[in-house]
Amino acid sequence: MSSYLFFSIGLLLGFVSLYYMLDSYTPLSENLPMLPNSTQNIRILCWIMTGPKFLESRTRHIRATWAKRCDKTLYMSSVSTAFPTVGLNVREGRENLYWKTIEAFQYIHKHHMDDADWFLKADDDTFVVVENLRYLLSKFDKEKPLYMGRKFRPFVNQGYMSGGAGYVLSKEALRRFIKGFKTGECTHFSSIEDMALGKCMETMKVEAADTRDIKGRQTFHAFPPDHHLVRQLTRPRPWFLLYDTYNSAEGPDCCSDLVVSFHYIKPLQLYFLNYLTYHLRAYGYKYRFNPDEQNPEKTADTTSSTSP
Amino acid sequence: MLSEGSSFMKGVFLGGLFCLVLSLLSSFSPSTESGPEDLHHHHHVMAPSKDELTRFSDSRMQELINQVRVSCIIMVQPKLIVYWATAVDTWSKHCDKAVFYTSEPSKALEAVDLNEKDDWARLRKALRHAYETAGDLRWFFIAKATTFAIIENLKYLVLAKDPSQPFYLGSAMKSGELEYVTYDSGIVLSYEALKRLVNVFQDEDKCPERGRALWKLSEDKQLAVCLKYTGVFAENGEDAHGKGLFNSNSVETLIKDSMKDNPNNVVEGCCSDMAVTFNGMSPSQMQVMMFGVYRLRPYGHDHLDSLVFLPPEGSDND
Repeated sequence: MSSYLFFSIGLLLGFVSLYYMLDSYTPLSENLPMLPNSTQNIRILCWIMTGPKFLESRTRHIRATWAKRCDKTLYMSSVSTAFPTVGLNVREGRENLYWKTIEAFQYIHKHHMDDADWFLKADDDTFVVVENLRYLLSKFDKEKPLYMGRKFRPFVNQGYMSGGAGYVLSKEALRRFIKGFKTGECTHFSSIEDMALGKCMETMKVEAADTRDIKGRQTFHAFPPDHHLVRQLTRPRPWFLLYDTYNSAEGPDCCSDLVVSFHYIKPLQLYFLNYLTYHLRAYGYKYRFNPDEQNPEKTADTTSSTSP
Repeated sequence: MLSEGSSFMKGVFLGGLFCLVLSLLSSFSPSTESGPEDLHHHHHVMAPSKDELTRFSDSRMQELINQVRVSCIIMVQPKLIVYWATAVDTWSKHCDKAVFYTSEPSKALEAVDLNEKDDWARLRKALRHAYETAGDLRWFFIAKATTFAIIENLKYLVLAKDPSQPFYLGSAMKSGELEYVTYDSGIVLSYEALKRLVNVFQDEDKCPERGRALWKLSEDKQLAVCLKYTGVFAENGEDAHGKGLFNSNSVETLIKDSMKDNPNNVVEGCCSDMAVTFNGMSPSQMQVMMFGVYRLRPYGHDHLDSLVFLPPEGSDND
């Protein structure tokens, strides 16, 4: 009788110990290496602005690519589903985007305040390199009221962050956003989500940070890489750079090596960028840009604003 | 006591075996580490694995790095001027030497004008020119204007191969009995292979300059026929997992196919991390590739590569 008992214990032990042994042997490509200490205690909650119409065509590809690298990911919609999506009390449509944003942040403030230090909003056609966002955020004080993204100049004095490029609120910034709506300092005065949120941030004295890298190159981008990277012959500023606060370059200086985001990225491009970021590389190549080294020479214009 | 002990051990053994079987079943994937040799329908050359490289001493490694220098032979035409200009501005900067051979002269860009309209004859002249001006370069890479190449990955592939042996590699295809390397995805020749080729060019029977009138073979097939006479055979360039490194299609096309064929594993099912070539990418996308290959990366993911390739001088998009 007792030999059966020993057999069962042995069975369990054998299974469990081999399970743990196999688990620690993960194929090279899936190994997410240990990040340097400074970036490890940064928790990011990502929320994706989406809707029922786009779950199949867009959002599931976001889920299959970068979304899993966030510490917590929420998909905000008007309908709750098993995707899973959070069903907010809003209607779909362009004119309801700021309502959706307000509701989303209220939801996060109510249920997920303690899950993260930073809160990223992205669209269902934004590509984000979460590791580079972590690195960027590690340079800032997470206790301060800060707001990061691709800074646009018009409408708001201190600038506002492009919605499509993705923006990040610190915990204190999020608290002040919620408070603003409680006290009436912030209102739904416009349906233009990114500009309206930017105005609220300014009202509540949340600082719009400068997220360019140490060479003065942008990290958040409101358009796909080819819009920014492709060298053009000298011409007047292209329309899509007219809103920029800083003198943003076109061509190779447009973008930091440690890029954080691109926008208007269709599913095929999501996988393409995923391949370029995490897989394809030049064996043995020594990168020119090594941000942890001292005394870099600035190559892009680092003046704080464009001249008219 | 003994029966309990042996029951226990039987249990441990069976439990472990069960676990192993389960995990193998759930993680079964078609690509294997080092595939059985003869199941391939073609010859293949595989990139060295991490282990293989660690076996070399530092001085031997330095010798190999110094030896693996690539001469790029890029066949262009004025009607593809934007691709031509893009090749000049992008990947060709990573060749130890890059020479553009054109079908007709262009005012905009410099090239060796071979004054030869026939594609095959022009390729032959270009190869002879490259051989005669090789200097101490021992590897030759033939590309079209529409090809995008990552020369460092080419160097990695041939690092431990002796260029005084005949090597003829790329994406190997079969046409009837003839195995050839497709032109679109780039052709790699070692010094010895090029030497034999240039010699057989003189044989008008085996390797005629003007193709026989009735049936005209494409240049890549003609190349294969000529090389075959010299005892040099096409080989498929693959990474350490057996994935092809030379692609006749653009990354977008390959990803599109993968989204259909491997919807749950699109990127891993698509292309090698160490891919050498793609073909048919637009000039804008080639600029994006330069950024993606030589600059864009996630902070904190460090690869402990066994050798270092320095960035080229006077270039700002890598």
